[in-house]
Amino acid sequence: MTAPLMLPLATDIGNPTVNIIIFALFVAATLAIVFRASRNNKTAADFYAGGRSFTGPQNGIAISGDYLSAASFLGIAGAIALNGYDGFLYSIGFLVAWLVALLLVAELLRNTGRFTMADVLSFRLKQRPVRMAAAISTLVVCFFYLLAQMAGAGGLVALLLGVSHRAGQSIVIAVVGILMITYVLVGGMKGTTWVQIVKAVLLVIGAGIMTLWVLAKYSFNLSSLLGAAVDKSPAAGEKLLSPGLQYGATGLTKLDFISLALALVLGTAGLPHVLMRFYTVPDSKEARRSVSWAIWIIGIFYLFTLVLGYGAAAIVGPDRIKAAPGKANSAAPLLAFELGGEVLLGVISAIAFATILAVVAGLTITASTSFAHDIYGQIIKNGQISGDGEVRVARYTAVVIGIVAIIGGIFANGQNIAFLVALAFAVAASANLPTILYSLFWRRFNTRGALWSIYGGLASTIILIVFSPVVSGKVDKKTGASLSMITDTSIDFHWFPLDNPGIVTIPLAFVLGWLGTITSKEPVDVDRFAEMEVRSLTGAGAEKAVQH
Amino acid sequence: MSDTRDPDLTTYRDVQLSPDFSELRRRFRRFVFPMTALFLVWYFVYVLLAAYAHDFMSHKVGGNITVALLFGLGQFVSTFAITLIYVRWADRRLDPDAEKLRHQIEGEAQ
Repeated sequence: MTAPLMLPLATDIGNPTVNIIIFALFVAATLAIVFRASRNNKTAADFYAGGRSFTGPQNGIAISGDYLSAASFLGIAGAIALNGYDGFLYSIGFLVAWLVALLLVAELLRNTGRFTMADVLSFRLKQRPVRMAAAISTLVVCFFYLLAQMAGAGGLVALLLGVSHRAGQSIVIAVVGILMITYVLVGGMKGTTWVQIVKAVLLVIGAGIMTLWVLAKYSFNLSSLLGAAVDKSPAAGEKLLSPGLQYGATGLTKLDFISLALALVLGTAGLPHVLMRFYTVPDSKEARRSVSWAIWIIGIFYLFTLVLGYGAAAIVGPDRIKAAPGKANSAAPLLAFELGGEVLLGVISAIAFATILAVVAGLTITASTSFAHDIYGQIIKNGQISGDGEVRVARYTAVVIGIVAIIGGIFANGQNIAFLVALAFAVAASANLPTILYSLFWRRFNTRGALWSIYGGLASTIILIVFSPVVSGKVDKKTGASLSMITDTSIDFHWFPLDNPGIVTIPLAFVLGWLGTITSKEPVDVDRFAEMEVRSLTGAGAEKAVQH
Repeated sequence: MSDTRDPDLTTYRDVQLSPDFSELRRRFRRFVFPMTALFLVWYFVYVLLAAYAHDFMSHKVGGNITVALLFGLGQFVSTFAITLIYVRWADRRLDPDAEKLRHQIEGEAQ
């Protein structure tokens, strides 16, 4: 999810025709599912929340499909292949983060809200300003995440289909965007959920087969697999097996690593597209089962990537990975080719595409729900609008977001994707999570606290990233090449030393929420607070599943 | 249809102040807050060791298995374990009482 997908040259392995055929089969199958799912899309609860009728296990699989993006499959496997243990650290942060969602957020959120994160945040505070702030932060997180995925699609296509022209890649980005709009328009949340379920199952099975294959080559002895990886990586050697290869260089990089670890572990429970998935189940018990299923699937998948990463180092070797188009991201596809030839490569490539499609569809429905329900329905129309009217706006919004994502993705093609995804996680952890926790657990929390925390977290994260080495002034000491978003090394306006701002912005947002609250004279709305607390824990008055 | 709505619990305030609800909230918080503290502390101990204790983490315990690898896999084990424990605990100790209160609030005439 955070490792960069570099813009590669055309691939020199595999057979693009096989890849395209397998991918086309996936698209046809998912479109058929989406059209089937669309027959019951009648009300707002159908469109936004899939009728709240998914079971916990189904939703848990869909959450995994939403969460495990292409970059987490290709990126983490590649990071482990090249940087060894430091790549593994990402997956641990991404997994442990789910305990925050399980213990503190998922069930209470399901019981209190209807469709969006803003429903919960504005429950007992002043409706309009808090809802607006929550909706803006939702849109910002979705936008950066979406841009990262779309830009990633360009790089992935080049790698897997042999499309090396920028124009060809732009066409593929547009196709991804159009497919995503179709999924969301036709299928709503129900269709999107099924696409995510299909994709998650394919991804886990694909990665699982490769994992068993790799382990079988080393007689299921992890130690000899690690030994082979070390032997094949003379430059890194034994360092491949312990932390520090990527982040251990200086005191600053160590601090950067801690900052990243903080943003990862606190970001997940603030990601709006993850939170929205909790509304697709009938009650809080199913929300709990969803997270439990998601934790098992995501955890097992990350264990697979550990084997795949070291397997790629041992079987393909770091030199060939670095020389391949797409560099680190080609580790898993190269490994697939070594193991199962062009058919397995085709399957793995198609799964990587499916991954992008499913993730962008989930982001699009979250962003359009937030705009239609929060900004249009509740703020502009003051709640005086029918569900049908809102859903119509949500559909228009999905088209607009799709077009913006296509254009943004074409421009961002080749940009550093780690930057965009880290920004999304840092914003989610800084702007969303403090307010979610305060409004669920702190009686005195009030409107000013929420606004200071959301806007303060949002602004500080964006400002610190703009003036960080990720945007300008980061130079590779050996080659002199720029590692920043602005590749012109003469432009350097960075003054914040860290790549990830979480270590500053997350505590800041918590402090701002506290400070805003205690300096405001707004009295606690005791009745609304009582309603929120009782509903959150008992499920009384919670939105029910739609009966068809 | 019989209405089991409790006549004393007419508003959410009444429920919030009732002993049954206080007990439910206390039980929930006494489980999730310490558990959250526990896994966050364990996670950051691990992160700090990974960042600052390279010698300790690169120590080999057998074959090519390092301490770091065991600690990393330990994070997976603890995450899975906490998930199992919490789900079982909540199913048994949270849901029955929460459901009873919900019925009292909503009545059975739903």
